[in-house]
Amino acid sequence: MEKMARVTTALSGTTITGRTMFYHLDAPANAISVCRDAAQVVVAGRNIFKIYSIEEEQFVEKANLRVGRKLSLNFSCADVVWHQMDDNLLATAATNGAVVTWNLGKQSRNKQDQLFTEHKRTVNKVCFHPNEVHMLLSGSQDGYMKCFDLRKRESVSTFSGQSESVRDVQFSVRDYFTFAASFENGNVQLWDMRRPDRYDRMFTAHNGPVFCCDWHPDDKGWLATGGRDKMVKVWDVSTTKTKEIYCVQTIASVARVKWRPEMKYHLATCSMMVDHNIYVWDIRRPYIPFGMFEEHKDVTTGIVWRHIHDPYYLLSGSKDSTLYQHMFNDASRPVDRANPEGLCYGLFGDLAFAGKDSMFGSDSNRKTYGGERRYPIFFFKKPDLSEQFANVSSALNVFETELGSNSMDWFVNMAQQYILTGRSLADLCDHNAKIAKELYRYQVAQTWTMLRIVYSNPGAISSVNLNQSIGKSGGLPLMNSLKELSVALGNETRLERGKAENRQEINHLDSSNPLITANEENEETEGSDVPADYLFGDVEGDEDDLYMVDHENAPAEEHEYILPQEAFQLRHEIIDNPSAPDHLQDKVESPHVSGNEAETVCLTPIESFSLMSISQPLYDAYLPADYFNSLVKDMLHYYAEQGDVQMAVSVLIVLGDRIRKEIDEQTQEHWYTSYIDLLQRFKLWNVSNEVIKLSTCSSINCFNQASTTLHINCSNCKRPMSSKGWICDRCRQCASMCAVCHQVVKGLFVWCQGCSHGGHLEHIMNWLKTSSHCPAGCGHLCEYT
Amino acid sequence: MRLADARTKKTGRSARERLLCSNCVKEMGVRIPRPLRQGPSEFIPEKEILQLGREDAETRVLFIEAFATLGRLDNITLLMGFHPRYLDSFLKTQHYLMQVDGPLPYDYRHYIAIMAAARHQCSYLVNLHVNDFLQVGGDPKWLAGLDSAPRKLQTLSEVNKILAHRPWLITKDHIEKLLKAEAHGWSLAELVHVVVLLTHYHSLASFTYGCGINPEIHCDGGHTFRLPSVGSCYVCDFTNGNNAVDDLLNGQEGNEQGTETVCEVEALMKKMKQLQECRDEEEASQEEMATRFEREKAESLYVAPTEDEESVDTREVSRHFEDPSYGYKEFPRQGEQNVPTFRAQDYTWEDHGYSLVNRLYPDVGQLLDEKFQIVYNLTYNTIAMHKDVDTSMLRRAIWNYIHCMFGIRYDDYDYGEINQLLDRNFKAYIKTVVCSPVMTTKRMYDSFWRQFKHSEKIHVNLLLMEARMQAELLYALTAITRYLT
Repeated sequence: MEKMARVTTALSGTTITGRTMFYHLDAPANAISVCRDAAQVVVAGRNIFKIYSIEEEQFVEKANLRVGRKLSLNFSCADVVWHQMDDNLLATAATNGAVVTWNLGKQSRNKQDQLFTEHKRTVNKVCFHPNEVHMLLSGSQDGYMKCFDLRKRESVSTFSGQSESVRDVQFSVRDYFTFAASFENGNVQLWDMRRPDRYDRMFTAHNGPVFCCDWHPDDKGWLATGGRDKMVKVWDVSTTKTKEIYCVQTIASVARVKWRPEMKYHLATCSMMVDHNIYVWDIRRPYIPFGMFEEHKDVTTGIVWRHIHDPYYLLSGSKDSTLYQHMFNDASRPVDRANPEGLCYGLFGDLAFAGKDSMFGSDSNRKTYGGERRYPIFFFKKPDLSEQFANVSSALNVFETELGSNSMDWFVNMAQQYILTGRSLADLCDHNAKIAKELYRYQVAQTWTMLRIVYSNPGAISSVNLNQSIGKSGGLPLMNSLKELSVALGNETRLERGKAENRQEINHLDSSNPLITANEENEETEGSDVPADYLFGDVEGDEDDLYMVDHENAPAEEHEYILPQEAFQLRHEIIDNPSAPDHLQDKVESPHVSGNEAETVCLTPIESFSLMSISQPLYDAYLPADYFNSLVKDMLHYYAEQGDVQMAVSVLIVLGDRIRKEIDEQTQEHWYTSYIDLLQRFKLWNVSNEVIKLSTCSSINCFNQASTTLHINCSNCKRPMSSKGWICDRCRQCASMCAVCHQVVKGLFVWCQGCSHGGHLEHIMNWLKTSSHCPAGCGHLCEYT
Repeated sequence: MRLADARTKKTGRSARERLLCSNCVKEMGVRIPRPLRQGPSEFIPEKEILQLGREDAETRVLFIEAFATLGRLDNITLLMGFHPRYLDSFLKTQHYLMQVDGPLPYDYRHYIAIMAAARHQCSYLVNLHVNDFLQVGGDPKWLAGLDSAPRKLQTLSEVNKILAHRPWLITKDHIEKLLKAEAHGWSLAELVHVVVLLTHYHSLASFTYGCGINPEIHCDGGHTFRLPSVGSCYVCDFTNGNNAVDDLLNGQEGNEQGTETVCEVEALMKKMKQLQECRDEEEASQEEMATRFEREKAESLYVAPTEDEESVDTREVSRHFEDPSYGYKEFPRQGEQNVPTFRAQDYTWEDHGYSLVNRLYPDVGQLLDEKFQIVYNLTYNTIAMHKDVDTSMLRRAIWNYIHCMFGIRYDDYDYGEINQLLDRNFKAYIKTVVCSPVMTTKRMYDSFWRQFKHSEKIHVNLLLMEARMQAELLYALTAITRYLT
């Protein structure tokens, strides 16, 4: 508790000195008030009513007003106020509805002076007139405000708010006759004391109860209000029209608001629930508090500035039974901890970045892009002496990506053309591979092909080794992906290898290639203990042959293929090392891959071939399909990290249960949300919806269930349809009728934006095939596109 | 079937009419269920309840809406149809709690509703929500009993028990236990949802018993497949001898009723007028006010309901909760225990409860706030046959009496008023409905306010229900607030 620094601030002009300090009360406080000379403070609560003097180092208990043999509820205070003219005069509002005044000048122990029991319900607030010694105002739960003249035994006038309970009453500081009252229903009323029959002015200030209001000490027309809706609003009531001039959004309902003395734009607030801090706001900077006091452990119930002309001392009482004096210098300044930087991506890859100017100054070696625009500092306000915010000059930079370098066409095309469900896995992979290839994304295409091979039903091929003929028939579906192989290539391969062609019919050209390789392998692995090793030899041979084919096909590309060794090594890894795909793809610089990227015609078949030859041993060794799961998982992570979350998500969906368990929920969710976000930025609503639907994360699935409400207006009376069903409440007619069949439309509804007639999608389509006029007969020439 | 039933209701035909033509269907071998009892309420003759098809426009819209959202028009809704303004708010709140996105999954919500209703052995609500629970895809295994439900739900049992019967005993330790349970911990938002659901269904159980709601036709105990003639006999048997005795008693009382009850209303009116006028003269000392609160509290001890019967189907329903012996106990008298009186002004719904709920479960605070306000301010300015009466005093007395039973004290209320305005029968009824609703009998319902209309008695029930809900909520939310600070 002794964490506060012992600060004795030098003050300008006033004699008040002190430090941040606190005092343990015996009971929770409900309200506090200070006397005029700022030397004493009174604390009132349900079980406490004491006066403390504020010394330099500590609070000292001066008097206990809660005396007497039997403590009645009159001592249970909801509010207390110390008269600003007369140091001996106090008033309290009791929870039982009594208004009590206290005279400290009395000789007896019991200082109770007068008792008014006119209110029927709890009195929430009492307030002395700032200039008039004998005038006291009270506001109660029963909806009445009463003005008491302390020289009389009963109230002199009663003001009826004509509504629910009064939460706060405050005399205007400047205007002798005016007072403001705030109500539980959100209204604020201004009254002229001379006219008790009717309020002068009323306006709705908040949504829900207005807990407090405070007149600006200097500016005649400013009234601050705080409400349960977590807002503090400043109203200008000086003109006939009430204007909201400032609004501060806090994080909890506002229980008290007090203008800071001598600071035109500052006010202090505390909350009623949940939040225990006291904030001081600069109302011109409504987003971040100017100062913050975090000492209390329970809600703060009363705040008051110690002296009406001193802005540096704040007293507060709290439910945690402490009384604090806060030094403004000790306040924490949230703005110091704030991070005044912002970053945002535009739709087309532009990046905007705003930050402190100083950050940019020292940064000399920053690469400037061709399209970079740098905007000058914004909001360069004239330094305002009254505003104590540090001036932060900031700069905004916009980075544009070079035109075309980062085109996302492929993304859109792929998103639209990918098929994610509804067919067999092999078909899906094939299709997607094809799409990717058409868009010149070979790596992706290759991945799809690999996936197909890895995950296609292994049962069909498992017996390859045992029986060649079975192997052949089983191999066929497996190799479907190679349909794209050029026939010529197939033929040439056949010529080169010349092993199995005798068995092949010409009309089986498509399948001939796989069969060849399959046969080769089968033959070569027969009787072998380590099939994989043999296979390498085989693959190597294969490749050599194929390269020759390629040379013949496209001699110009020769330089791409001078590194068969490397290519071979890579493939070696594919077979032996479970993390091979990762390597393969990581080595973006390797000629193998780059060649792949750059070359279309020749390399693809090679890749396919190599894959094909790999595929056989998988089954030969009887590897379970999920053997590759960790590989695929790494692959997905790789894609996601490369920024191709599309691939990650598509594979995730296509593979479904096969891979889902390998990747933790959160990562999946993250991918899904990123992908969906991207899709929506490109306005691919249908695709994004499909993805949401297909996702297996519950948190993603529920996107579809959020905000499913569609608000419609009645087509007859043009007013919102509030009730469910198809009948408008107001005009009692069916709302959305089809102009063609005159039935209610309950499904897809299409309407003309010109004449606002419409109906069932099908009906309108049919109608407009034959006629160009609106079916409703309004004469409008509707157009259906 | 449920839809069919509701639809016939919508078209204005009563279920009874439908039965008349059932013979022809029966020949086709279809067994037609028949309602065991007539109308939505056991206490109120069917003909005095709002006839469907004859309701005013406002109510009709509400009914249509209720049907559209729930797929049924249950008896509770039908009875509340007496007070459309309230019904609107009630349905909105219930819809928000059960069917709109919120912290809890749907099956949990219904299961919690079942737990809460089961605490009061309210088989009506339990059956209703068992159906709903299955409909939203709940695991039927959970219904075998609380032991079969997930551990997380089991942890609620304690809080459910306390809130239902002795809410003043709830402490921040209970809250902490729920929030800190490692794997089965609740989040704060979920917890607030839970608390609102529990209190909602506890008090709804009070309403169900208080108005003697009959089982829905599609629920267990709501229908029979016997032939009509046999069926009616069965009803007689089933409702056991008690009713016959009740009727006898009623009959005897009925002789004196004529003169006595008219006086009852007049006396009540006179007292209210007196209290309003004499308020200023009669200056009760503070101590006396305090003792009056204590007296009222103490007196509520003596109007304890007569414990004549145990509920019929305890076993069936009791598997959804533990410790069936735990029931309402009187709020301890001053000094007996360390439970301090709850000072209403220190933690009010409007200031504190609302803010907390709305922070953790957005919009619910607003909905509940509206509901409390509507029910508290609902009046038609009538009492029995009198018109233009300011009933605010009476309403406040009922509200505060209920809060008084839960140990919540308003500093600014003179508890002497309660004694003046609420007679013994009425107090007994309130006490039974609020504290041990299962013991409510038709005799109790009939014996208070005999000259009053049924709609007024339902109004009273609404007050009981909401006051109870607020009391429970206040205690629960205080505990949560304490935990947070």
